Amino acid sequence: MRVNRRLPRMDALDKHCYTARPDTSAASGGLNTQAGMAAMTDGARVNSLRSGPDASGHFGDGLGGRFVAETLMPLLLELDAAYKTAKADPAFHKELAYYLKDYVGRPSPLWFAQRLTAECGGAKIYMKREELNHTGSHKLNNVMGQILLAHRMGRTRIVAETGAGQHGVATATVCALFGMQCVIYMGATDVARQAPNVFRMKLLGAEVVPVTAGAGTLKDAMNEAMRDWVANIHNTYFLVGTVAGPHPYPAMVRDFQSVIGDEVKVQMHEAEGRLPDVIVAAIGGGSNAMGIFHPFLDDPSVKLIGVEAAGHGLDSGKTAASIERGSRGVLHGNRTYLLQDENGQIIEAHSISAGLDYPGVGPEHSWLHEIGRAEYVGVTDDEALEAFQTCTRTEGIIPALESAHAIAHAVKIAPTLSPETLLVINISGRGDKDIFTVAEHLGVKL
Amino acid sequence: MSRIARRFAALKAEGRGALIPYLEACDPDFDTSLALLKAMPEAGADLIEIGMPFSDPSADGPIIQLAARRGLKAGATMPRLFEMVRSFREQDADTPIILMGYLNPIEAYGIDRFCVDAAAAGIDGLIIVDMPPEEAGPMQAPARAAGLDIIRLIAPTTDDARLKLVLNHASGFVYYVSITGITGTRSASDEDLRAALPRLRAATDLPIAIGFGIRTPQQAASASRIADGAVVASALLATLAETLDGEGRATERTLPDVLAQLRELGAAVRGT
Repeated sequence: MRVNRRLPRMDALDKHCYTARPDTSAASGGLNTQAGMAAMTDGARVNSLRSGPDASGHFGDGLGGRFVAETLMPLLLELDAAYKTAKADPAFHKELAYYLKDYVGRPSPLWFAQRLTAECGGAKIYMKREELNHTGSHKLNNVMGQILLAHRMGRTRIVAETGAGQHGVATATVCALFGMQCVIYMGATDVARQAPNVFRMKLLGAEVVPVTAGAGTLKDAMNEAMRDWVANIHNTYFLVGTVAGPHPYPAMVRDFQSVIGDEVKVQMHEAEGRLPDVIVAAIGGGSNAMGIFHPFLDDPSVKLIGVEAAGHGLDSGKTAASIERGSRGVLHGNRTYLLQDENGQIIEAHSISAGLDYPGVGPEHSWLHEIGRAEYVGVTDDEALEAFQTCTRTEGIIPALESAHAIAHAVKIAPTLSPETLLVINISGRGDKDIFTVAEHLGVKL
Repeated sequence: MSRIARRFAALKAEGRGALIPYLEACDPDFDTSLALLKAMPEAGADLIEIGMPFSDPSADGPIIQLAARRGLKAGATMPRLFEMVRSFREQDADTPIILMGYLNPIEAYGIDRFCVDAAAAGIDGLIIVDMPPEEAGPMQAPARAAGLDIIRLIAPTTDDARLKLVLNHASGFVYYVSITGITGTRSASDEDLRAALPRLRAATDLPIAIGFGIRTPQQAASASRIADGAVVASALLATLAETLDGEGRATERTLPDVLAQLRELGAAVRGT
């Protein structure tokens, strides 16, 4: 692929998802440059699936939006304006590209999983190695972008919610890097099952507040983080970790995560000379999946599969599959698919993976589901545990339990696909944090 | 003229502001909350806010969160809340009732059906915490057709440009959220309130009620004088919670204690 170092037109930038600006050759190298141009070209198409949301934050027929108390509305409008300004500022892109390369460690490799491919006997399986990023997951891509924005906005205190603790660790990390005060809200249940990440956050200087409301998981942590923000708006930035929440968060987090898919596009072209055929990614709120899907939305030959946590089974009542078993509703500032009862009360989600244990999903995923551009499937706790071990044994890669859901589905469909089929799994995080949970389920005492 | 407009006009003629207490539907059980609702006007309530419990009340502090949880545990649903109001209307045709809640239970009930049934039950106005004017489109026409006021929230963060947008389509009264924060946590000073009001007065002719952080009779009296009404929620719910037994059930103290507090608030607002 020819490296094109021509600058894009400034008026075009605003319409597009975030990509590293191509004038940062020293920091980003050729790969980011090409990926950036690819994304920008695609985004400019008329009738692009990549042009959403509209100015008020809606995807399709009323999904997304801004459903928050009036106190927060002016802040969201301010954030929206600040993000638009940053997005149009080459200096912002240059700065982000620098941190992504030298601090996060991008680009992450696209690994041909030869032994897993042989074991499945079918599609050629590639793994996008987001677990190799600093802090061990894709979360830092987004956090890096938002901390630069918070810094520009003059905020000194960061609050964030976390489920598995990956977003909390990523947030605590950049707060350490930028010398900002950091408060992480984490469900008490998750604090117990993700002890290593809790300790990591504390080492990084963050205050970790266990939330006991509800089931003490991600949804409750999100409520508490919103309450903190509304009470401390003068100095506080709410650093949302997924493609959900009120506008502009779903679009902004997606833009920052789209670096994943931009890189895959270039890397797959280098490896195979063409687009991948199938992309599989796990979905809780959906940021790693949106990051790898979005650059391919206008490539109809690329099949996109989001894997939700089915928990004990899609129809067990103990599930986190918001798209497959939920319905439209309003929670945490956006209209999206939610697990809820007939009275509109939110149902507790269940998944072995703390990062997927959320009764909602990003509104853009709900939209992709409604228009049929992406397919959403479920993988149970047991299937994820099995895939966790398969990946570890065949590839020497210990995946996060979240990512193991994507692997499980890939392993399921790979044998049904031809050897010419190029399948990419997003390995969104590493599994070191999960070894205690896995040991417990395997009956091993550590 | 709507019940809300009539009530504020009558109070203006009396030369005082409104006391607007809050209770959570089915907290701690249907019968107790209905009895409390029915007793409120006599104890000093000029208008009444009934909270529809939601599983994820992200704009509320711990006191209302717990009340919502108790209400849900006791089986609060939209039909049960309507049942309470219908029963209340059998004895009181004048005291305005405002439903306060989050959007999702309303959408789950169905917006059109909700507006029709709420008005038929005797509800006069809606305060939907997580529905800013930008997202109020689908609610506007059905609410107007049913004769329900959509009561807008104004916050200290609402700037002048936004104030116009928020007040466009506002009816009934305007709810001034006096602090940046969640319910029942901190209070605005009289000076803050006095400083905030002229800007609102200049932007609307509707009555203005102040809420969030009003706890004591003195605070209620002064807020109802600075504006046109004072909402008291968490302070009453905290009293209710203190009277419950170990299992969260009502005791013989529950109604008398909450009503005694309401009487003190009412006396202060009336200046008696």
